[in-house]
Amino acid sequence: MAEQVENNETEQYDEQKKLENQVQFLSFTLGDEEYGVDILSVQEIRSWEPVSRIPNVPSYEKGVVNLRGAIVPIVDLRERFGLGHLAYSPLTVVVVLQIESQEGQNRTMGVVVDSVSDVIDVEKKTIQSAPNFGTKVSTEFINGLASVNERMVMLLDVEKLLKLDGLDDENES
Amino acid sequence: MSIDMAQFHQVFFEESFEGLEAMESGLLNLDMGDVDDEEINTIFRAAHSIKGGSGTFGFTAVSDFTHVMETLLDEMRDGRRQITQPAVDVLLGSVDCLKEMLTAIQDEQDIDEGQVSEYQKALETELNGGEQSSVAEQPVAEVVADETVTALDVGAGWKISFSPHAHMLKTGNDPVRMFRELSELGELKSTIDFQGVPDFYDLDPENCHLSWSLELLGEVNEDEINEIFDWVEDECDLAIQSLSRSDESSEQVQTEPEEATDKSDTVAQPKEESSPANTEKTADKVEKQATAKAKKDTKPAAKGSSSIRVDTGKIDILINMVGELVITQSMLSLVGENFELNNLDQLKNGLSQLERHTRELQESVMNIRMLPISFVFSRFPRLVHDLSTKLDKKIELVMVGENTEVDKTVVELLSDPLVHLVRNSLDHGIEMPADRVAAGKPEMGTITLEAYHRGGQIVIEVKDDGKGLNKDVLRQKAIEKGLIDEDTVLTDKQTYELIFMAGFSTAAELSDISGRGVGMDVVRRNIQSLGGNIEIISELGKGSTIAIHLPLTLAILDGQSIAVGDERFIIPLGSIVESINIKKEMINRVAGKGETFRLRDEYLPIVRMHEIFDVKTAKATKLTDGLVVVVDGQGMRCGLFIDDLLGQQQVVIKSLEANYRKVEGVSGATILGDGSVALILDIPGLVRLSNQ
Repeated sequence: MAEQVENNETEQYDEQKKLENQVQFLSFTLGDEEYGVDILSVQEIRSWEPVSRIPNVPSYEKGVVNLRGAIVPIVDLRERFGLGHLAYSPLTVVVVLQIESQEGQNRTMGVVVDSVSDVIDVEKKTIQSAPNFGTKVSTEFINGLASVNERMVMLLDVEKLLKLDGLDDENES
Repeated sequence: MSIDMAQFHQVFFEESFEGLEAMESGLLNLDMGDVDDEEINTIFRAAHSIKGGSGTFGFTAVSDFTHVMETLLDEMRDGRRQITQPAVDVLLGSVDCLKEMLTAIQDEQDIDEGQVSEYQKALETELNGGEQSSVAEQPVAEVVADETVTALDVGAGWKISFSPHAHMLKTGNDPVRMFRELSELGELKSTIDFQGVPDFYDLDPENCHLSWSLELLGEVNEDEINEIFDWVEDECDLAIQSLSRSDESSEQVQTEPEEATDKSDTVAQPKEESSPANTEKTADKVEKQATAKAKKDTKPAAKGSSSIRVDTGKIDILINMVGELVITQSMLSLVGENFELNNLDQLKNGLSQLERHTRELQESVMNIRMLPISFVFSRFPRLVHDLSTKLDKKIELVMVGENTEVDKTVVELLSDPLVHLVRNSLDHGIEMPADRVAAGKPEMGTITLEAYHRGGQIVIEVKDDGKGLNKDVLRQKAIEKGLIDEDTVLTDKQTYELIFMAGFSTAAELSDISGRGVGMDVVRRNIQSLGGNIEIISELGKGSTIAIHLPLTLAILDGQSIAVGDERFIIPLGSIVESINIKKEMINRVAGKGETFRLRDEYLPIVRMHEIFDVKTAKATKLTDGLVVVVDGQGMRCGLFIDDLLGQQQVVIKSLEANYRKVEGVSGATILGDGSVALILDIPGLVRLSNQ
């Protein structure tokens, strides 16, 4: 009996340890590439709906929508990462991301992706750091790389993604 | 059965602070030579009710203190005492002291005993010092008062025992009305007997279970009493006895109510225990106590913003409106229940009614939040009075437009910046009397506080006729402090704005009144955080004016929606001057690039909305095809070239920055009826853009 209890405990312990070492990501595709965002920062997944355009901003900032009374910006990730534009259809997906900013307030933003594929478990240890491709913008948003079933998933840094200040700098330069 | 008095404390504090304000402004308005009786009466009444209130709630320190003030005021009121400046000053000081005492009690902190006794002493010396005769008079007056009271006590009266039959209320007779009439005849003491009240579950709310024993003091004719009870003679047991002049009766009266309450307590007790809901009840009670305690704990933090006093008229309007809304709603649901196409008119009717009522309701709810700016202004007479004495300057304060209404949040956040501005004017603006005379100006300086509405904004001006801002000094100072470079070229306006920079102070000598160099930048930040801006107009030797522009309310805006291509924008209605179709001959080109048009005698720049906002779907690209809306952004005008005007509507302002960032030319966003988002144009920003 005593052994069994111990076993149970170690099992639980292992389970806990496993959870501690694991992170869940929501993966989605942009063209042929697969990306992932921390599932805790995903607020909801919606279908594409027409936005209100914001004047004089980069073309990947599609505009703003009314999300239950809040004004939420929508960014096209394809265009953001320079993957070309894809016509929107009712099947186009908007992933609504939310993070807590330093001031303790939540920031919400929607990103347009081609399709949502899966929720993946990734062990922290197996996450590789992002390779440095030089000056290309998109890598700065990539936290790391993970391989799931032989596929490579690029894990995005949501905080950086939501911070639109970085884009301002780019505009100025 | 005891009432938790703590629940009334907040009201008492609010009333007392209001009273104190009334006293303060009254005292400041007192004209030494020619005293207005009504003014003194107002001050006296305020002191009296604070004394009464604090006595009721057991704040003896306050009531004792106020008593001394009251005595002094009473003598002034009766004309037994000359009103002198020192006396008024002592009273003003006492008002401050009283304010601090009340704040301390409110925050559940200890009262500063030293200060209190100091002022109490000052008051007492004033009381005794003034005229010796009044000292002698005072006790006499008290004795006389005592006598009249006792005389009343033993005066002839009636003891009435009144126990209505259970069905009396159904006949339309109301004991309260009868008691009111009785109390008009003389002093009425009443004791209620609860013994007849049945268990809660057996209680019929339409029956009367109470009985009263009343004492009516004074010389009253028995017939007069009978007349009051005439209508209910058959529906009650009534016994009217003449009161004897002995002390016994009054003693009896004293003990009786105690007995009665005792009884009712004991009656209530076992009942509670026997009832099955007992445990629930006590649990409830504990919870209530806990929440009460929690409330108390959080009170200091929530101080100031916790409540709002509203004119009952406004509430009545609101109730009326809600009634109308309910009627419309029921009408609409009736139409919707069995809808046929020939009911369409009815439906449309109902919907338009609904729209109207919603708008009215919204307006009146917003109206509740509106307070007159005098809430902020009222503290300035005192401030000016105190500071001018301290600085030996002669200053008159003029206030204009105190009844201008502003949103409550704005009022609250406005007061600190304004205090700072007024202090600055007092300290740095207005010169010493001798200097003023030397400069050929009247000895008495004037500070004007003015509030008025302009467009969708409220403008508050602090104007002084002092020495004005010296541009050279400002510039020199800024260079010294390293805020600007020596060769920086500044316009007059930019030079004045230097004083808003952090770490800038022009006063040669720092005083404790102003001039620590931390103020003006904070003032500007506060105003900007409210969505307003601040500007300075100054003339050396003549004075300066600081104008604060603020939005009227922070949440809702009257908007005109416009179309540019297939996009919708909102222009704040207040900034629209007019809309016109322009003709070819009105258009001029400046240096071949910028476009202007002539409106009467003015040349205005044209801003092509579809160009600066890069709208590709715009229908009108030729100026003569579309509409030009003339807008006014803080004194500067321009014409916005758009496709069409759509309609006016009230829009709820939503922040664009919360999830996004600031966009040039856009002050916010709103959600339209169809759920889509429209951007609200930042007119001053656009006008600035157009001038660049």
